[in-house]
Order: sequence, then structure tokens, then C-alpha cells
Amino acid sequence: MSGNPILKATDIVREHGQGAGKVRALKGVSLSIKPGELTLLMGPSGSGKTTLLSILGCILSPTSGSLLVNGRETVGLDPEQLAGLRRRNIGFVFQSYNLFPTLSALENVRLALDVRGFKSSEAPELATAALKAVGLSHRLKAYPRSMSGGEQQRVAIARALAGSPTLILADEPTAALDAENGLAVMALIQQLARDKSRAVLAVTHDHRTLPYADRIITIEDGLIVGDRYQQPGALSPKSDRSHAHA
Amino acid sequence: MVLTLAFRNLFHDRIRLAVTLVGILFAIVLVAVQLGLYLGARKMIIGMIEHSNAELWITSYGAKSFEEAGNLTGRERFLTLSVPGVNAVVPMVVSFAEWRKPEGGTALSVVVGTDPEAGGLAPWDIVEGDVASIAAPSAIAVDRTYLEDLGLKQNGDMAQIESTRVKVVALTKGIRSFTTAPYVFTTLNRARQILSLQGDQATFLLVQLAPGADVEKVRGDIASRLTGTEVLTKAEFRNRSLDHWLFSTGAGVALIGGAALGMLVGTVIVAQTLYSSTKDHLNEFATLRALGSSAGYIHKVILLQAALSAAIGYVLGLSLSLVIIHFSEDTALPIVMTPGLAVGLFVLTVLMCAISAFAAIMKVTKIDPAMVFAR
Repeated sequence: MSGNPILKATDIVREHGQGAGKVRALKGVSLSIKPGELTLLMGPSGSGKTTLLSILGCILSPTSGSLLVNGRETVGLDPEQLAGLRRRNIGFVFQSYNLFPTLSALENVRLALDVRGFKSSEAPELATAALKAVGLSHRLKAYPRSMSGGEQQRVAIARALAGSPTLILADEPTAALDAENGLAVMALIQQLARDKSRAVLAVTHDHRTLPYADRIITIEDGLIVGDRYQQPGALSPKSDRSHAHA
Repeated sequence: MVLTLAFRNLFHDRIRLAVTLVGILFAIVLVAVQLGLYLGARKMIIGMIEHSNAELWITSYGAKSFEEAGNLTGRERFLTLSVPGVNAVVPMVVSFAEWRKPEGGTALSVVVGTDPEAGGLAPWDIVEGDVASIAAPSAIAVDRTYLEDLGLKQNGDMAQIESTRVKVVALTKGIRSFTTAPYVFTTLNRARQILSLQGDQATFLLVQLAPGADVEKVRGDIASRLTGTEVLTKAEFRNRSLDHWLFSTGAGVALIGGAALGMLVGTVIVAQTLYSSTKDHLNEFATLRALGSSAGYIHKVILLQAALSAAIGYVLGLSLSLVIIHFSEDTALPIVMTPGLAVGLFVLTVLMCAISAFAAIMKVTKIDPAMVFAR
């Protein structure tokens, strides 16, 4: 994989609490994410992967270290500046989809475009295109409550895609889905990562997703303990399990 | 999309919306009724003064209001007529008097005696009979609202004031007294007779100025020639009457206090429901924040929710208020709605809802977008 990194984290430390209750969730994490690749961030519960995802997504600020998004230093920015950075550069996919229940699929995507400052005249077309890209052109007017988990996650992916952010961060995107839907969503995410102007980083503990990754980073106890590239599809779901045991 | 989201958030929970709207509705009705009563009372208190054709009012010293003033001696009229710039001086007698109902029983009335042709004050909005008929022997005019209170059935009925027999020859519509005593219009001399006043005695002298006369100069000249009297401009006498009935008696304070209470109750109800709605949608607001929305964008959603509540609540509240006002029209204490009050109520409603949104905005300001990963 080549190209300038979209995201470059250097020696990220994150501490929670104070005094005797102080906990070091991240103990000096460095990584860079390049466009055109799907990176999976794996690790056991409490290893710091969600904290790292929050920091990489400019939602949480590190205690120390440096984080560049598209070459811009984010450490030291105030909450509004960080929100602006997220708006322009980052799309999120959440474990529980986090769709707005009172809005239809199309409106959910349009809302993201509205937040990102797209004109209301162009938003419907862009939102429709994003939903079409995830195979939901027939469900534009459907509300989340009438959609399956897989469909809801695809709407969430369309929402993340809308406005073409350069970085998509996914938090356990398959955790709430059954096997079939989970694999379909991963295939979709893998397809998004093929775009050479975009990088995708997904936090997961679902080993069924491993075959879709270009790169797998393993984190344990606040430190990166593994970082390797692979040919996507190198691991079948069967060998995936053996990898997990290994 | 901000409006869509605000609208959907608001209508998503219909029961909570209903509670919010009922809160706003009752706040508006309460404020409208209280302020409408205040305006109604104001209109009743100053009605006679406003309808008079006089730039200056001469009263006995310390007169409190139109209904509560002592009598002048009678010589003031001629002294006033000699002041340059004075065109006419119209005497008027006003006093409480006992009304004896035709079929027994008594009531208190306020006799207003002045000659309509003198041009000082004449009953207005006459719906039966005419002004000129008051000049007929024993003739009086009353407002139709008070027919029952005065023991009358219709125009033409006979009654007695103090020891004088009177006959109703004209009925007005909407001339109400702030006190419980209805106004009874009659001629100057008949009023003097009813009230046992002497020859030239009057309660007020209504001074009409010559065209181009300087009001303040004429007032000063009149005041320098009279003793034991006050010379008031129309505005001064109006304000004095208002001050006496609304503020010295505490009636106005009670009405304004009631309106303020309505506002307070409305604000608390709307604030509570908006806060609760915001709390319910906190995850959605956190998601918006995670997606990169500015704090202002979220504040806009909440403020629009408040504005929508205000608009709907206002329409409902004002509609109900207008129904209540309609039914109060023919009562002794009518509620008044003016375009100014309607606009003022809308501003108050928007203000109330904006203040109510404050707590919700404070809650959202503290939102941690990282909570989207904790679900």
C-alpha cells in the first residue's frame, strides 16, 4: 500500500481519572493509516481499542502525543475545532448504528450531509447515491424501526460515506449482526476501502471479519503488540478461528 | 434538516407534546385573561375621561378618581371663564347614589350629570333611544349590561334614585364602571336635584380651550385664580384614576401578579418537558456531535423545538382566550384583547419557550460525543 498517511498517530498516551485512581488506557501508541486500505484494530476487552478509536476520530483528546489528520495536527484543538475536523474528514460507523429513529433512511443520510455543510439542493441526490452504493436504493423512505440490523448498518455506512470523508472509522460494525449480515457489511466496508482516496479503520473482536482486512493491528493493555499486512481473503472463516486461538 | 429533526423530535412523543402544549396553552390563557382583565379594567376606569371633550379638568383638591371627588363650590366656573384661552367650561356632577329597584331592593349607582348639548361628555354607543331624549323629564340612560343589577327589564322602565323618580330612556352598550356601581347618565340639573346639590355646584369643570391656546399657560392662569382645587390635564386625571383604582387598591397588582405567575408556570412546564425531551434524545445529539455538528447546530434544533412548541401553543392558547373573551363581553368585567396584547403575548410565549430551552441547551453543551461508543 502506498500514499501519504491520512492519519498519523505518534506516541499517543491517554490517562483517565486522577491521583490513585488514575488509569493509563493508552501507553504510547504510534500508527499511521494510509488510503486504500482496510485496517482492523483488534484486541481483548479493556485493551484500549475504543479509547484509541475515539482519539483517532478526534472525539477524545490524548493526554500526550501527536495526531495528524490529513497532515493537520489535532492535539490542542478546542472541541469546536475538533468537530469541524470530524465534519470535514471523518465518517463514523457505530456498533448500534446510532440512526435517528424519527428520520427515514434518506433523511438520516441527508442529516449527515446537512451537518457537513452540503446545500439542501444537492443533498437529496448525494444521499440517494450513498444509499444506492450500499444497496438500499429501494429503502429510501424506510424508517429504522422497519429495517433489519443489516439494513440499518448499511444506512449507517451510507451516512458515513456521504460527503466523501477521507477516513471512515467503524466501531464493532458487525457486533450486533448475525453471521450473514455481518459478512455482508464487512464485504461492503472492504469495497469502500478500495477507494484510493479513503482509508477505513474498524475496531472489531469478530474474527469472522479478518479475511476482509488488508492490515491487522493488535492492541493489548494500551500498547500495539501486532501490526501486519495480509492479502485480503487470505484467511477463511475456518482458519480465522485458528488464528484467534493462535 | 434542522427543522425536520426538531419537528420529528417534538412529534415523536405525542403525549409529551400534548403536556407541553397544554402547559403553554394554560400559561397563555392565564396571561391573556389577567392582562385582558387589566386592560378591561383600565378601559373602564378611564372610559369617561377619554370620551370627554376637554383639555383640562378642574377638580376639588385631592380628587382620587372620576368616581371619588369632592364637589366644587360653584364660583370656579365663572372665574375660569374669565381666563384668556378658555373657550368653554362645562360643569359635570358625579357621585355615588342609592338606586331603588322598581320591585324592591337597592343598589349603588354613580350618577353622571352633564348636559350633552354642552359638549363636555355624553353617553356613547347608544343602542336604544338617543342622547337628546335624556333632556326629557326624569330621563336617564344606563348600560344594558346593568339592567338586571338595577332591577330593570327594558328601556322605558321606571325606578328611583335617592328620592327622585327616573325613567330609562336610552341604553348604551359597553359603558361599564370599574366599581360595582353602574353609571347613570342624566342632565346636570337633574343630577343636582337627585344628589341635593345647590345651584351652581359641580364635581368637575371640563375646560375646553380656544384653538391655539397654550394648555400649560392656561392651566397656570386658572390655578392661580382658584383655591382648593386642582387643574389637571386629561392625561394627568386619567393617570391619577388609574393609579388610584389599579395600584392604590392593589387590584392591578393582583392582575399583573396573576399574569406573571402564569408566565412562570408556563416556563417551568415547557422547561421541564423540553429538558426531558432533550434527555431522551441525548444519544442522538451525541451522534450529531460525533458526526461533526457544531454546538450551534444542536442548539438550533433545541431552539426550533421550543419555537415550534411556542407557535402551536400560542395558536391554541390565543384561540381559547378569544373564546373566553367572547363570553366575557356582556359581563360586568369584560376581558379586552387588543392587537398589541396579541403581539405581546406571542413575544412572551417565544421568550418563555426560549428561556425554557436554556436548561436543555446546558445539558447538551455538556454532552460527551464519546458516549456514542459506549452504547
